[in-house]
Amino acid sequence: MEGEYILVTSGLVREFKGFVAVDHVDLRVRRGSIHALIGPNGAGKTTVFNLLTKFLPPTRGQIIYNGNDITRHSPAQVAKLGMIRSFQISSVFPHMTALENVRMGLQARHGGSLRFWRSGKTLHSLHGQALELLRAVGLEEFADVAAVELPYGRKRALEIATTLALDPELLLLDEPTQGMGAEDVGAITELLKRVAVGRTVLMVEHNLGVVGRLADRITVLQRGRVLAEGNYAEVSTNPDVITAYMGGAAHA
Amino acid sequence: MNRWLWIILIALGLVAPYVLYPVFVMKLLCFALFACAFNLLLGYTGLLSFGHAAFFGAAAYAAGHSIKVWGFPTELGILTGTLVACLLGVVFGKLAIRRQGIYFAMVTLALAQIVYFVALKSSFTGGEDGLQGVPRGRLLGFIDLNDSLNMYYFVLAIFLFGFWLIARIVDSPFGQVLKAIRENEPRALSLGYDVSRFKLIAFVLSATLSGLAGATKAVVFQFASLTDVNWATSGEVVLMTLVGGVGTITGPMVGAFTVVSLHSRLSWMGSWVTVIVGITFIVCVLVFRRGIVGELQELLRRLRGRPTRARPAAAAQPQATKREA
Repeated sequence: MEGEYILVTSGLVREFKGFVAVDHVDLRVRRGSIHALIGPNGAGKTTVFNLLTKFLPPTRGQIIYNGNDITRHSPAQVAKLGMIRSFQISSVFPHMTALENVRMGLQARHGGSLRFWRSGKTLHSLHGQALELLRAVGLEEFADVAAVELPYGRKRALEIATTLALDPELLLLDEPTQGMGAEDVGAITELLKRVAVGRTVLMVEHNLGVVGRLADRITVLQRGRVLAEGNYAEVSTNPDVITAYMGGAAHA
Repeated sequence: MNRWLWIILIALGLVAPYVLYPVFVMKLLCFALFACAFNLLLGYTGLLSFGHAAFFGAAAYAAGHSIKVWGFPTELGILTGTLVACLLGVVFGKLAIRRQGIYFAMVTLALAQIVYFVALKSSFTGGEDGLQGVPRGRLLGFIDLNDSLNMYYFVLAIFLFGFWLIARIVDSPFGQVLKAIRENEPRALSLGYDVSRFKLIAFVLSATLSGLAGATKAVVFQFASLTDVNWATSGEVVLMTLVGGVGTITGPMVGAFTVVSLHSRLSWMGSWVTVIVGITFIVCVLVFRRGIVGELQELLRRLRGRPTRARPAAAAQPQATKREA
Protein backbone atom coordinates (compact mmCIF):
# COMPACT_ATOMS: atom_id res chain seq x y z
CA MET A 1 0.00 0.00 0.00
CA GLU A 2 1.97 2.96 -1.23
CA GLY A 3 -0.33 5.74 -0.13
CA GLU A 4 0.52 9.39 0.03
CA TYR A 5 0.40 9.31 3.80
CA ILE A 6 2.47 6.84 5.78
CA LEU A 7 0.75 7.49 9.07
CA VAL A 8 -2.81 8.61 9.61
CA THR A 9 -4.68 8.95 12.89
CA SER A 10 -8.36 9.66 13.15
CA GLY A 11 -10.17 10.82 16.25
CA LEU A 12 -7.34 9.79 18.52
CA VAL A 13 -8.29 10.19 22.19
CA ARG A 14 -6.43 9.31 25.35
CA GLU A 15 -7.93 9.92 28.76
CA PHE A 16 -6.23 9.56 32.12
CA LYS A 17 -8.84 9.20 34.85
CA GLY A 18 -11.15 11.88 33.52
CA PHE A 19 -8.38 14.12 32.23
CA VAL A 20 -8.22 14.22 28.45
CA ALA A 21 -4.56 14.35 27.44
CA VAL A 22 -5.16 13.83 23.73
CA ASP A 23 -8.45 15.05 22.33
CA HIS A 24 -9.56 13.94 18.85
CA VAL A 25 -6.25 14.35 17.09
CA ASP A 26 -6.28 13.79 13.34
CA LEU A 27 -2.76 13.58 12.07
CA ARG A 28 -1.53 12.92 8.55
CA VAL A 29 2.14 12.35 8.01
CA ARG A 30 3.18 12.56 4.37
CA ARG A 31 5.56 9.89 3.13
CA GLY A 32 9.12 11.14 2.84
CA SER A 33 8.53 14.35 4.77
CA ILE A 34 9.83 15.68 8.07
CA HIS A 35 6.82 16.42 10.18
CA ALA A 36 7.14 18.26 13.48
CA LEU A 37 4.80 18.19 16.42
CA ILE A 38 5.12 21.29 18.56
CA GLY A 39 3.20 22.95 21.34
CA PRO A 40 3.59 24.39 24.81
CA ASN A 41 4.39 22.16 27.79
CA GLY A 42 1.60 19.76 28.61
CA ALA A 43 0.08 20.00 25.14
CA GLY A 44 0.09 16.19 24.87
CA LYS A 45 2.95 15.79 22.40
CA THR A 46 4.67 12.98 24.23
CA THR A 47 1.35 11.28 24.88
CA VAL A 48 0.61 11.34 21.15
CA PHE A 49 4.03 9.81 20.64
CA ASN A 50 3.37 7.07 23.14
CA LEU A 51 0.05 6.33 21.47
CA LEU A 52 1.61 6.10 18.03
CA THR A 53 4.38 3.77 19.19
CA LYS A 54 1.94 1.73 21.28
CA PHE A 55 3.62 2.45 24.59
CA LEU A 56 0.12 3.59 25.61
CA PRO A 57 -3.18 2.21 24.32
CA PRO A 58 -5.54 4.85 22.96
CA THR A 59 -8.91 5.30 24.64
CA ARG A 60 -10.61 5.84 21.28
CA GLY A 61 -9.68 6.43 17.68
CA GLN A 62 -7.67 4.69 15.02
CA ILE A 63 -4.07 4.63 13.86
CA ILE A 64 -3.26 3.55 10.33
CA TYR A 65 0.35 2.90 9.38
CA ASN A 66 1.12 2.05 5.77
CA GLY A 67 -2.49 1.04 5.26
CA ASN A 68 -2.50 -1.31 8.27
CA ASP A 69 -4.62 -0.67 11.32
CA ILE A 70 -2.08 -0.73 14.15
CA THR A 71 -4.40 0.63 16.85
CA ARG A 72 -4.11 -2.55 18.95
CA HIS A 73 -0.56 -3.59 18.10
CA SER A 74 2.22 -4.03 20.66
CA PRO A 75 5.35 -1.82 20.73
CA ALA A 76 7.54 -4.66 19.48
CA GLN A 77 5.13 -5.30 16.58
CA VAL A 78 5.14 -1.72 15.31
CA ALA A 79 8.91 -1.68 15.61
CA LYS A 80 9.05 -4.73 13.34
CA LEU A 81 6.87 -2.89 10.82
CA GLY A 82 9.59 -0.28 10.50
CA MET A 83 8.39 2.42 12.85
CA ILE A 84 11.12 3.15 15.38
CA ARG A 85 11.06 5.72 18.12
CA SER A 86 13.58 7.55 20.25
CA PHE A 87 12.98 8.85 23.74
CA GLN A 88 12.93 12.28 25.32
CA ILE A 89 15.90 11.54 27.51
CA SER A 90 18.81 10.01 25.69
CA SER A 91 18.18 6.33 25.52
CA VAL A 92 21.23 4.15 25.19
CA PHE A 93 22.38 0.94 26.82
CA PRO A 94 24.77 2.62 29.27
CA HIS A 95 27.18 -0.20 30.11
CA MET A 96 27.53 -1.47 26.59
CA THR A 97 30.05 -0.01 24.18
CA ALA A 98 28.95 2.22 21.32
CA LEU A 99 29.53 -0.68 18.96
CA GLU A 100 27.41 -3.03 21.09
CA ASN A 101 24.66 -0.44 21.25
CA VAL A 102 24.41 -0.22 17.49
CA ARG A 103 24.73 -3.97 17.25
CA MET A 104 21.56 -4.33 19.35
CA GLY A 105 19.74 -2.54 16.56
CA LEU A 106 21.28 -4.70 13.86
CA GLN A 107 20.57 -7.84 15.83
CA ALA A 108 16.91 -6.87 16.11
CA ARG A 109 16.69 -6.59 12.35
CA HIS A 110 18.58 -9.78 11.58
CA GLY A 111 16.64 -11.94 14.06
CA GLY A 112 17.87 -15.14 15.64
CA SER A 113 18.01 -13.49 19.02
CA LEU A 114 16.16 -16.30 20.73
CA ARG A 115 18.94 -18.77 20.05
CA PHE A 116 20.38 -18.92 23.52
CA TRP A 117 22.62 -21.87 22.66
CA ARG A 118 24.65 -20.01 20.06
CA SER A 119 28.03 -18.50 20.69
CA GLY A 120 28.30 -14.76 21.12
CA LYS A 121 30.92 -14.81 18.38
CA THR A 122 28.17 -15.17 15.77
CA LEU A 123 27.45 -11.50 16.43
CA HIS A 124 30.89 -10.48 15.21
CA SER A 125 29.61 -10.69 11.65
CA LEU A 126 27.60 -7.55 12.39
CA HIS A 127 30.62 -5.47 13.37
CA GLY A 128 31.33 -4.19 9.89
CA GLN A 129 27.85 -2.80 9.50
CA ALA A 130 27.91 -1.41 13.04
CA LEU A 131 31.13 0.47 12.37
CA GLU A 132 29.68 1.88 9.19
CA LEU A 133 26.69 3.23 11.09
CA LEU A 134 28.95 4.71 13.75
CA ARG A 135 30.94 6.38 11.00
CA ALA A 136 27.77 7.87 9.59
CA VAL A 137 27.11 9.69 12.86
CA GLY A 138 30.76 10.52 13.50
CA LEU A 139 31.31 8.08 16.35
CA GLU A 140 33.71 5.66 14.72
CA GLU A 141 36.57 6.42 17.09
CA PHE A 142 34.31 5.82 20.10
CA ALA A 143 33.33 2.29 19.07
CA ASP A 144 34.85 0.68 22.16
CA VAL A 145 33.79 3.33 24.66
CA ALA A 146 30.95 2.52 27.04
CA ALA A 147 27.90 4.60 26.17
CA VAL A 148 27.69 5.98 29.69
CA GLU A 149 31.08 7.66 29.21
CA LEU A 150 30.07 9.55 26.07
CA PRO A 151 29.10 13.22 26.33
CA TYR A 152 25.42 14.01 25.93
CA GLY A 153 25.44 15.08 22.30
CA ARG A 154 27.29 11.95 21.29
CA LYS A 155 24.87 9.78 23.23
CA ARG A 156 22.08 11.19 21.11
CA ALA A 157 24.09 10.54 17.97
CA LEU A 158 24.62 6.98 19.18
CA GLU A 159 20.92 6.61 19.77
CA ILE A 160 20.23 7.73 16.22
CA ALA A 161 22.81 5.29 14.85
CA THR A 162 21.14 2.46 16.80
CA THR A 163 17.77 3.47 15.43
CA LEU A 164 19.14 3.64 11.89
CA ALA A 165 20.49 0.11 12.29
CA LEU A 166 16.89 -1.03 11.96
CA ASP A 167 16.56 0.86 8.69
CA PRO A 168 13.26 2.38 9.80
CA GLU A 169 10.72 3.60 7.32
CA LEU A 170 9.23 5.99 9.83
CA LEU A 171 11.45 7.55 12.45
CA LEU A 172 9.82 9.04 15.52
CA LEU A 173 12.07 11.37 17.45
CA ASP A 174 11.04 12.71 20.82
CA GLU A 175 12.85 16.02 21.33
CA PRO A 176 16.13 15.08 19.67
CA THR A 177 17.91 18.28 20.74
CA GLN A 178 16.60 18.57 24.27
CA GLY A 179 19.20 19.48 26.86
CA MET A 180 21.92 20.19 24.31
CA GLY A 181 24.38 23.01 23.96
CA ALA A 182 24.23 25.21 20.87
CA GLU A 183 27.03 23.47 18.96
CA ASP A 184 25.51 20.04 19.61
CA VAL A 185 22.13 21.27 18.40
CA GLY A 186 23.71 22.34 15.13
CA ALA A 187 25.48 19.01 14.69
CA ILE A 188 22.37 16.95 15.45
CA THR A 189 20.24 19.07 13.13
CA GLU A 190 22.67 18.42 10.29
CA LEU A 191 22.74 14.75 11.17
CA LEU A 192 18.95 14.51 11.18
CA LYS A 193 18.78 16.22 7.83
CA ARG A 194 21.13 13.61 6.40
CA VAL A 195 19.43 10.57 7.90
CA ALA A 196 15.98 11.78 6.89
CA VAL A 197 16.79 11.24 3.23
CA GLY A 198 14.62 8.43 1.94
CA ARG A 199 12.64 8.13 5.15
CA THR A 200 9.78 9.78 6.93
CA VAL A 201 10.44 11.57 10.21
CA LEU A 202 7.93 12.64 12.81
CA MET A 203 9.50 14.64 15.60
CA VAL A 204 8.48 16.39 18.75
CA GLU A 205 10.71 19.40 19.21
CA HIS A 206 10.85 22.41 21.48
CA ASN A 207 13.59 24.24 19.67
CA LEU A 208 11.73 26.19 17.01
CA GLY A 209 14.98 27.03 15.26
CA VAL A 210 15.50 23.33 14.62
CA VAL A 211 11.89 22.92 13.55
CA GLY A 212 12.21 25.83 11.15
CA ARG A 213 15.30 24.38 9.55
CA LEU A 214 14.12 20.79 9.29
CA ALA A 215 10.37 20.43 9.16
CA ASP A 216 8.34 20.39 5.97
CA ARG A 217 5.13 20.46 7.90
CA ILE A 218 4.24 21.41 11.45
CA THR A 219 1.31 20.47 13.65
CA VAL A 220 0.75 22.61 16.72
CA LEU A 221 -0.91 20.96 19.69
CA GLN A 222 -2.51 22.72 22.61
CA ARG A 223 -4.30 21.05 25.49
CA GLY A 224 -4.47 17.81 23.54
CA ARG A 225 -6.05 19.35 20.44
CA VAL A 226 -4.65 20.35 17.08
CA LEU A 227 -4.42 24.14 17.15
CA ALA A 228 -2.91 24.73 13.74
CA GLU A 229 -1.12 22.98 10.92
CA GLY A 230 0.99 24.13 8.02
CA ASN A 231 4.54 24.96 7.05
CA TYR A 232 6.80 27.08 9.23
CA ALA A 233 5.79 30.41 7.72
CA GLU A 234 2.09 29.68 8.08
CA VAL A 235 2.31 28.35 11.59
CA SER A 236 4.62 31.01 12.97
CA THR A 237 2.32 33.81 11.80
CA ASN A 238 -0.86 32.13 12.99
CA PRO A 239 -2.32 34.38 15.72
CA ASP A 240 -3.63 31.43 17.77
CA VAL A 241 -0.19 29.91 17.83
CA ILE A 242 1.40 33.18 18.87
CA THR A 243 -1.06 33.49 21.73
CA ALA A 244 -0.45 29.89 22.78
CA TYR A 245 3.27 30.59 23.00
CA MET A 246 2.58 33.76 25.05
CA GLY A 247 3.19 35.97 22.11
CA GLY A 248 6.96 35.66 22.10
CA ALA A 249 8.48 32.26 21.72
CA ALA A 250 7.13 31.65 18.22
CA HIS A 251 9.28 34.48 16.90
CA ALA A 252 12.42 33.21 18.57
CA MET B 1 41.15 -15.81 31.19
CA ASN B 2 38.10 -17.83 30.26
CA ARG B 3 40.13 -20.86 29.36
CA TRP B 4 42.08 -20.67 32.62
CA LEU B 5 38.86 -20.53 34.57
CA TRP B 6 37.78 -23.77 32.96
CA ILE B 7 41.10 -25.50 33.51
CA ILE B 8 41.13 -24.54 37.19
CA LEU B 9 37.50 -25.52 37.64
CA ILE B 10 37.90 -28.94 36.05
CA ALA B 11 41.18 -29.61 37.88
CA LEU B 12 39.64 -28.71 41.23
CA GLY B 13 36.59 -30.81 40.42
CA LEU B 14 38.70 -33.86 39.57
CA VAL B 15 40.86 -33.64 42.70
CA ALA B 16 38.19 -32.58 45.22
CA PRO B 17 36.83 -36.02 46.21
CA TYR B 18 40.31 -37.13 47.27
CA VAL B 19 40.65 -34.15 49.59
CA LEU B 20 37.12 -33.68 50.86
CA TYR B 21 34.29 -36.02 51.65
CA PRO B 22 32.70 -36.80 48.23
CA VAL B 23 29.08 -36.50 49.39
CA PHE B 24 29.85 -33.07 50.78
CA VAL B 25 31.39 -31.94 47.49
CA MET B 26 28.38 -33.32 45.61
CA LYS B 27 26.14 -31.24 47.84
CA LEU B 28 28.30 -28.20 47.07
CA LEU B 29 28.01 -28.86 43.35
CA CYS B 30 24.22 -29.28 43.44
CA PHE B 31 23.73 -26.03 45.30
CA ALA B 32 26.32 -24.27 43.16
CA LEU B 33 24.39 -25.26 40.04
CA PHE B 34 21.16 -24.15 41.69
CA ALA B 35 22.66 -20.75 42.56
CA CYS B 36 24.15 -20.32 39.07
CA ALA B 37 20.75 -21.07 37.55
CA PHE B 38 19.15 -18.57 39.88
CA ASN B 39 21.75 -15.97 38.97
CA LEU B 40 20.83 -16.36 35.32
CA LEU B 41 17.55 -14.77 36.32
CA LEU B 42 18.59 -12.29 39.01
CA GLY B 43 21.99 -11.30 37.71
CA TYR B 44 21.50 -11.53 33.98
CA THR B 45 17.81 -10.80 33.51
CA GLY B 46 17.22 -8.55 36.52
CA LEU B 47 14.30 -10.53 37.93
CA LEU B 48 14.20 -11.49 41.60
CA SER B 49 12.30 -14.75 42.03
CA PHE B 50 11.45 -15.76 45.54
CA GLY B 51 10.12 -19.15 44.61
CA HIS B 52 13.00 -21.01 43.07
CA ALA B 53 12.81 -23.80 45.65
CA ALA B 54 9.63 -24.92 43.88
CA PHE B 55 11.66 -25.90 40.81
CA PHE B 56 14.48 -27.41 42.85
CA GLY B 57 12.08 -29.36 45.06
CA ALA B 58 9.55 -30.42 42.45
CA ALA B 59 12.36 -31.80 40.32
CA ALA B 60 13.75 -33.65 43.34
CA TYR B 61 10.36 -35.25 44.01
CA ALA B 62 9.74 -36.06 40.35
CA ALA B 63 13.17 -37.61 39.93
CA GLY B 64 12.86 -39.54 43.18
CA HIS B 65 9.38 -40.80 42.41
CA SER B 66 10.10 -41.82 38.82
CA ILE B 67 13.22 -43.74 39.86
CA LYS B 68 11.86 -45.33 43.00
CA VAL B 69 8.24 -46.10 42.06
CA TRP B 70 8.26 -46.25 38.27
CA GLY B 71 11.67 -47.85 38.13
CA PHE B 72 13.16 -45.31 35.69
CA PRO B 73 16.89 -45.59 35.10
CA THR B 74 18.81 -42.88 36.97
CA GLU B 75 19.62 -40.65 34.01
CA LEU B 76 16.02 -40.77 32.77
CA GLY B 77 14.79 -39.99 36.29
CA ILE B 78 16.97 -36.88 36.45
CA LEU B 79 15.71 -35.88 33.04
CA THR B 80 12.12 -36.33 34.20
CA GLY B 81 12.72 -34.12 37.21
CA THR B 82 14.33 -31.48 35.02
CA LEU B 83 11.41 -31.59 32.61
CA VAL B 84 8.89 -31.16 35.44
CA ALA B 85 10.80 -28.08 36.61
CA CYS B 86 10.77 -26.78 33.04
CA LEU B 87 6.99 -27.15 32.73
CA LEU B 88 6.48 -25.62 36.15
CA GLY B 89 8.72 -22.78 35.00
CA VAL B 90 6.48 -22.14 32.01
CA VAL B 91 3.40 -21.96 34.25
CA PHE B 92 5.06 -19.72 36.86
CA GLY B 93 6.63 -17.58 34.19
CA LYS B 94 3.41 -17.00 32.29
CA LEU B 95 1.73 -15.87 35.49
CA ALA B 96 4.51 -13.74 36.93
CA ILE B 97 6.56 -12.30 34.07
CA ARG B 98 4.53 -9.15 33.48
CA ARG B 99 4.90 -8.05 37.08
CA GLN B 100 7.86 -5.95 38.05
CA GLY B 101 10.21 -5.78 41.04
CA ILE B 102 8.71 -6.74 44.35
CA TYR B 103 5.41 -7.83 42.77
CA PHE B 104 7.23 -10.35 40.65
CA ALA B 105 8.95 -11.71 43.77
CA MET B 106 5.62 -11.94 45.58
CA VAL B 107 3.86 -13.81 42.78
CA THR B 108 6.69 -16.34 42.53
CA LEU B 109 6.66 -16.78 46.31
CA ALA B 110 2.91 -17.37 46.35
CA LEU B 111 3.12 -19.94 43.55
CA ALA B 112 6.00 -21.70 45.29
CA GLN B 113 3.92 -21.90 48.47
CA ILE B 114 1.24 -23.73 46.48
CA VAL B 115 3.85 -26.24 45.36
CA TYR B 116 4.99 -26.60 48.97
CA PHE B 117 1.41 -27.23 50.07
CA VAL B 118 0.94 -29.89 47.41
CA ALA B 119 4.17 -31.57 48.53
CA LEU B 120 3.01 -31.48 52.14
CA LYS B 121 -0.42 -32.98 51.48
CA SER B 122 0.20 -35.43 48.64
CA SER B 123 0.81 -39.09 49.34
CA PHE B 124 3.46 -39.67 46.68
CA THR B 125 5.82 -37.14 48.31
CA GLY B 126 5.63 -38.86 51.66
CA GLY B 127 4.44 -35.61 53.30
CA GLU B 128 6.44 -34.75 56.41
CA ASP B 129 8.61 -37.86 56.10
CA GLY B 130 9.75 -37.02 52.60
CA LEU B 131 10.42 -39.40 49.77
CA GLN B 132 12.96 -41.84 51.20
CA GLY B 133 15.10 -44.61 49.81
CA VAL B 134 15.57 -43.53 46.22
CA PRO B 135 17.98 -46.03 44.65
CA ARG B 136 20.97 -44.49 42.88
CA GLY B 137 20.95 -47.27 40.33
CA ARG B 138 23.40 -47.72 37.51
CA LEU B 139 24.37 -45.05 35.01
CA LEU B 140 23.71 -46.23 31.44
CA GLY B 141 23.06 -49.63 32.99
CA PHE B 142 26.65 -50.50 33.89
CA ILE B 143 28.27 -47.82 36.08
CA ASP B 144 27.35 -48.49 39.68
CA LEU B 145 26.39 -45.17 41.25
CA ASN B 146 26.40 -46.58 44.77
CA ASP B 147 30.13 -46.20 44.52
CA SER B 148 30.55 -42.64 45.73
CA LEU B 149 33.38 -41.80 43.34
CA ASN B 150 31.33 -42.91 40.34
CA MET B 151 28.44 -40.89 41.64
CA TYR B 152 30.74 -37.95 42.22
CA TYR B 153 32.08 -37.80 38.68
CA PHE B 154 28.57 -38.13 37.30
CA VAL B 155 27.49 -35.14 39.41
CA LEU B 156 30.59 -33.23 38.39
CA ALA B 157 29.75 -33.84 34.72
CA ILE B 158 26.19 -32.59 35.27
CA PHE B 159 27.46 -29.53 37.08
CA LEU B 160 30.03 -28.69 34.42
CA PHE B 161 27.42 -29.11 31.70
CA GLY B 162 24.96 -26.84 33.54
CA PHE B 163 27.63 -24.27 34.25
CA TRP B 164 28.83 -24.33 30.65
CA LEU B 165 25.28 -23.87 29.40
CA ILE B 166 24.71 -20.87 31.66
CA ALA B 167 27.97 -19.27 30.56
CA ARG B 168 26.98 -19.93 26.97
CA ILE B 169 23.51 -18.42 27.42
CA VAL B 170 24.98 -15.29 28.98
CA ASP B 171 27.39 -14.93 26.09
CA SER B 172 24.90 -15.75 23.32
CA PRO B 173 22.97 -13.28 21.15
CA PHE B 174 20.04 -14.07 23.45
CA GLY B 175 22.19 -13.08 26.44
CA GLN B 176 22.99 -9.78 24.73
CA VAL B 177 19.30 -9.01 24.48
CA LEU B 178 18.86 -9.87 28.17
CA LYS B 179 21.63 -7.44 28.96
CA ALA B 180 20.00 -4.76 26.84
CA ILE B 181 16.68 -5.32 28.60
CA ARG B 182 18.37 -5.03 31.98
CA GLU B 183 20.11 -1.85 30.94
CA ASN B 184 17.17 -0.09 29.33
CA GLU B 185 13.94 -1.98 28.96
CA PRO B 186 11.87 0.66 27.07
CA ARG B 187 14.67 1.07 24.56
CA ALA B 188 14.92 -2.67 23.97
CA LEU B 189 11.19 -2.71 23.42
CA SER B 190 11.33 0.19 20.98
CA LEU B 191 13.95 -1.64 18.94
CA GLY B 192 11.42 -4.39 18.41
CA TYR B 193 12.49 -6.91 21.05
CA ASP B 194 9.52 -8.67 22.57
CA VAL B 195 10.74 -8.12 26.12
CA SER B 196 8.20 -10.37 27.88
CA ARG B 197 9.13 -13.26 25.65
CA PHE B 198 12.83 -12.91 26.37
CA LYS B 199 12.15 -12.71 30.08
CA LEU B 200 9.91 -15.76 29.94
CA ILE B 201 12.53 -17.84 28.16
CA ALA B 202 15.18 -16.75 30.65
CA PHE B 203 12.83 -17.67 33.46
CA VAL B 204 12.12 -21.12 32.03
CA LEU B 205 15.83 -21.77 31.43
CA SER B 206 16.60 -20.78 35.00
CA ALA B 207 13.80 -23.00 36.33
CA THR B 208 14.94 -25.94 34.21
CA LEU B 209 18.54 -25.72 35.38
CA SER B 210 17.39 -25.33 38.98
CA GLY B 211 15.41 -28.50 38.39
CA LEU B 212 18.50 -30.27 37.08
CA ALA B 213 20.25 -29.34 40.34
CA GLY B 214 17.30 -30.54 42.45
CA ALA B 215 16.90 -33.82 40.60
CA THR B 216 20.61 -34.54 40.92
CA LYS B 217 20.48 -33.74 44.62
CA ALA B 218 17.66 -36.25 45.10
CA VAL B 219 19.77 -39.00 43.55
CA VAL B 220 22.89 -38.08 45.55
CA PHE B 221 21.13 -38.10 48.92
CA GLN B 222 18.59 -40.71 47.86
CA PHE B 223 15.69 -38.68 49.15
CA ALA B 224 13.57 -35.60 48.50
CA SER B 225 12.04 -33.71 51.37
CA LEU B 226 9.94 -30.69 52.25
CA THR B 227 13.14 -28.71 52.87
CA ASP B 228 13.79 -28.84 49.13
CA VAL B 229 10.54 -27.01 48.32
CA ASN B 230 10.48 -24.78 51.37
CA TRP B 231 10.58 -21.00 51.04
CA ALA B 232 13.68 -21.02 53.23
CA THR B 233 15.50 -22.77 50.37
CA SER B 234 14.30 -20.04 48.01
CA GLY B 235 15.80 -17.54 50.44
CA GLU B 236 19.01 -19.51 50.73
CA VAL B 237 19.67 -19.39 47.01
CA VAL B 238 19.15 -15.61 46.99
CA LEU B 239 21.66 -15.40 49.80
CA MET B 240 24.21 -17.61 48.05
CA THR B 241 23.97 -15.52 44.92
CA LEU B 242 24.33 -12.20 46.73
CA VAL B 243 27.18 -13.37 48.96
CA GLY B 244 29.12 -14.71 45.98
CA GLY B 245 28.34 -11.82 43.65
CA VAL B 246 25.22 -11.32 41.60
CA GLY B 247 25.72 -10.97 37.87
CA THR B 248 29.17 -12.58 37.92
CA ILE B 249 29.61 -15.96 36.32
CA THR B 250 31.48 -17.65 39.18
CA GLY B 251 29.99 -15.65 42.07
CA PRO B 252 26.99 -17.87 42.83
CA MET B 253 29.26 -20.89 42.89
CA VAL B 254 31.54 -19.24 45.45
CA GLY B 255 28.47 -18.11 47.39
CA ALA B 256 27.02 -21.61 47.43
CA PHE B 257 30.34 -23.05 48.63
CA THR B 258 30.50 -20.44 51.38
CA VAL B 259 26.96 -20.91 52.65
CA VAL B 260 26.94 -24.72 52.43
CA SER B 261 30.35 -24.88 54.13
CA LEU B 262 29.20 -22.59 56.92
CA HIS B 263 26.18 -24.79 57.46
CA SER B 264 28.19 -27.99 57.64
CA ARG B 265 31.18 -26.66 59.60
CA LEU B 266 28.98 -25.01 62.18
CA SER B 267 26.32 -27.69 62.37
CA TRP B 268 27.34 -28.39 66.01
CA MET B 269 25.92 -24.99 66.91
CA GLY B 270 22.38 -26.09 66.06
CA SER B 271 20.01 -23.36 65.05
CA TRP B 272 22.66 -20.72 65.77
CA VAL B 273 23.97 -21.48 62.30
CA THR B 274 21.05 -19.52 60.90
CA VAL B 275 22.12 -16.53 62.97
CA ILE B 276 25.72 -16.80 61.79
CA VAL B 277 24.66 -17.11 58.16
CA GLY B 278 22.33 -14.15 58.69
CA ILE B 279 25.15 -12.05 60.09
CA THR B 280 27.40 -13.05 57.20
CA PHE B 281 24.70 -11.88 54.85
CA ILE B 282 24.28 -8.53 56.62
CA VAL B 283 28.03 -7.94 56.63
CA CYS B 284 28.09 -8.81 52.96
CA VAL B 285 25.35 -6.35 52.10
CA LEU B 286 26.88 -3.57 54.20
CA VAL B 287 30.57 -4.02 53.49
CA PHE B 288 31.02 -5.74 50.16
CA ARG B 289 27.91 -5.16 48.15
CA ARG B 290 29.20 -6.71 44.97
CA GLY B 291 29.67 -10.03 46.73
CA ILE B 292 32.93 -11.92 47.11
CA VAL B 293 33.66 -12.38 43.42
CA GLY B 294 32.26 -8.97 42.51
CA GLU B 295 34.60 -7.25 44.97
CA LEU B 296 37.59 -9.27 43.79
CA GLN B 297 36.88 -8.30 40.20
CA GLU B 298 36.58 -4.68 41.23
CA LEU B 299 39.89 -4.90 43.09
CA LEU B 300 41.60 -6.39 40.04
CA ARG B 301 40.15 -3.67 37.86
CA ARG B 302 41.44 -1.00 40.21
CA LEU B 303 44.89 -2.58 40.37
CA ARG B 304 45.02 -2.45 36.61
CA GLY B 305 44.12 1.20 36.91
CA ARG B 306 40.90 1.09 34.96
CA PRO B 307 37.93 3.21 35.98
CA THR B 308 34.96 1.67 37.73
CA ARG B 309 32.23 0.55 35.44
CA ALA B 310 29.34 -1.29 36.96
CA ARG B 311 27.52 0.18 39.89
CA PRO B 312 27.40 -1.87 43.08
CA ALA B 313 25.37 -4.91 42.36
CA ALA B 314 21.74 -5.66 42.79
CA ALA B 315 20.47 -6.01 39.32
CA ALA B 316 16.97 -6.00 40.72
CA GLN B 317 17.48 -2.42 41.82
CA PRO B 318 16.96 -0.59 38.54
CA GLN B 319 13.52 -2.12 38.26
CA ALA B 320 12.48 -0.81 41.63
CA THR B 321 13.68 2.70 40.86
CA LYS B 322 12.08 2.64 37.46
CA ARG B 323 8.71 2.00 38.97
CA GLU B 324 8.99 4.95 41.29
CA ALA B 325 10.18 7.30 38.58
